[in-house]
Amino acid sequence: MKSLIRMLREFKMTPVKWLIANTIAWLIGFVWILPFIGIFMASIRPFEELVEGWWNFASFHPTLEKYYEALFHPYYPLWRGLINSLIITVPSTIIPVLLAAMASYAFARFSFPIKNYLFLTMLFIMAVPQQMMVIPLFFMMNSIGLLDTYLGLILIHSSWGIPWITFFLRNYFSMIPKEYEEAALVDGATYWQIFTRIVFPVSLPGIISAAVLQFAWVWNDFFFALVFLLSPEKYVATRILPSLKGEYHVDWGLLSAGSILVMLIPVLLYFALNKYYIRGFTGWALKG
Amino acid sequence: MNLKDVLEKASFLIPALLLIFTFVIYPTIATILLSFNINLIPGVNLVEGSTSLENYVKVLTSEEFINPTGLRTSSFPMGAIVHNVIWILIHLPATTILGLLLAVFLQNIKGSSIIRSMIFLGMVIPMVVGALMIAFSFNKDMGIVPSIFKCLGILSLYKTWTSYPDTALLSLIIGSIWLWTGFSVTLYSAGLASIPKELIEAAKIDGAPFRVILFKIIIPLLRPVTVTVVAMTILWVLKIFDIVYVATRGGPGGASMVMALLMWDYFARMNAYTLSATIATLLTIIVLPVVILWIRYATRGE
Repeated sequence: MKSLIRMLREFKMTPVKWLIANTIAWLIGFVWILPFIGIFMASIRPFEELVEGWWNFASFHPTLEKYYEALFHPYYPLWRGLINSLIITVPSTIIPVLLAAMASYAFARFSFPIKNYLFLTMLFIMAVPQQMMVIPLFFMMNSIGLLDTYLGLILIHSSWGIPWITFFLRNYFSMIPKEYEEAALVDGATYWQIFTRIVFPVSLPGIISAAVLQFAWVWNDFFFALVFLLSPEKYVATRILPSLKGEYHVDWGLLSAGSILVMLIPVLLYFALNKYYIRGFTGWALKG
Repeated sequence: MNLKDVLEKASFLIPALLLIFTFVIYPTIATILLSFNINLIPGVNLVEGSTSLENYVKVLTSEEFINPTGLRTSSFPMGAIVHNVIWILIHLPATTILGLLLAVFLQNIKGSSIIRSMIFLGMVIPMVVGALMIAFSFNKDMGIVPSIFKCLGILSLYKTWTSYPDTALLSLIIGSIWLWTGFSVTLYSAGLASIPKELIEAAKIDGAPFRVILFKIIIPLLRPVTVTVVAMTILWVLKIFDIVYVATRGGPGGASMVMALLMWDYFARMNAYTLSATIATLLTIIVLPVVILWIRYATRGE
């Protein structure tokens, strides 16, 4: 209450104005998550109730049936998609984060010829559309037997993630004071020892931020998964979800339950690691 | 500097560069060459004609890319690139202004971080899910938008928006604004937090009205954020794929087709690899100026 009074005084707001502003703000937030509430209702309510509008609560009989149906769908079981997504996403997060951390260290601390050009190339690659590389990659992967394999997609996601993580971590590394590293060099430590024992541990918050965003990016990706995984039993979750639409009539209950299941992991990740998520997000866009 | 030193330093860079070169740079170059009918991919031959610009002529004169009839009668489909442009013209001002105003407005609200999280959720979820929510919300039987228009008595909009050429693209654009506003709100909020409070306090004490504070202090100081928001938004809209693929498949009748999806259609449905590579290259050429401007801005002073 005290803080509230202080706030009012600080912003020279009358209580009425304050109440109106807060009500509007919460209404905006509510409008923004309406579609989420909508599909949540669609996922737990039977069809007969849904056609009356998901916002109509004249009769309300929640059921988890649609979740069961989505997870154990006869042609496109979502449980398998979720597991496939994990199989793809975990290595596609660890590999690029480690390799990009090494590269960022080189960019932040070493001086070597063409360094600036290399770094500029990385920046350019960050913005090149995914569409730009899939045709040659499709045939390359096919000829080396990596098309329609987890490994192939993991390699592609890893390579695709390295440029932005390098950009992000280089900025992070350049902000760490160099004194410890210089002292260690004088004591005869190798660069690898400095990297693994000083730079990496000290930068752990930045590395977690990069990992969280890369994880979410790979989990959410649809285009690469669409092009490079062809057999239905290897489909990842985002690829299975649109297939649940059905051929002749759209089963919104099934699609909604599926949507909730597919978004669950990135949403939980966002709330659990919010600080890292936002830092990575704004750092990625705003440079440091 | 001895050899051992050089090797140790190089070992930090080489794995990353190797992956980037093999799986990103080489395929990008191969795609560019493919668009000129030059095959750089070993083991297969994807090229039928001889080295020329014929693919560009074909794509640029195709109705799927630019549709003169649609443009003349201003009815959909107008062609993939026109749809991308319309998308930017509506989406860019909407999310930028909305993001700035919401960020300023939410500053002094109790529980603003929760509201910001609610708005940001659209950025957290897979675009595929976002697309389904858009289709759901604009569906005649399920969605809240057509029902609102029914209540308002505007029966022409009481329909499944994604199924009609005149509303399909519009519904996707509105949906993408809904999903993407969290991006600009978050960046602007971070930017606002870095503005010294004393500056705005001083202006308030001097009796400056809110309008003056917004236009003379906040907006000029947030210029770097605006540059990033504008650049990223344009890039995102140009590359948009998932939303269209899942919600409308570019339909009905191409009314919501965009470049990224057209590229995929040529590649996967028609196996027209050189034409597909041409669209991808055109998309990259369009993206390039934005990228260059943003890089120059982001690396200024380095």
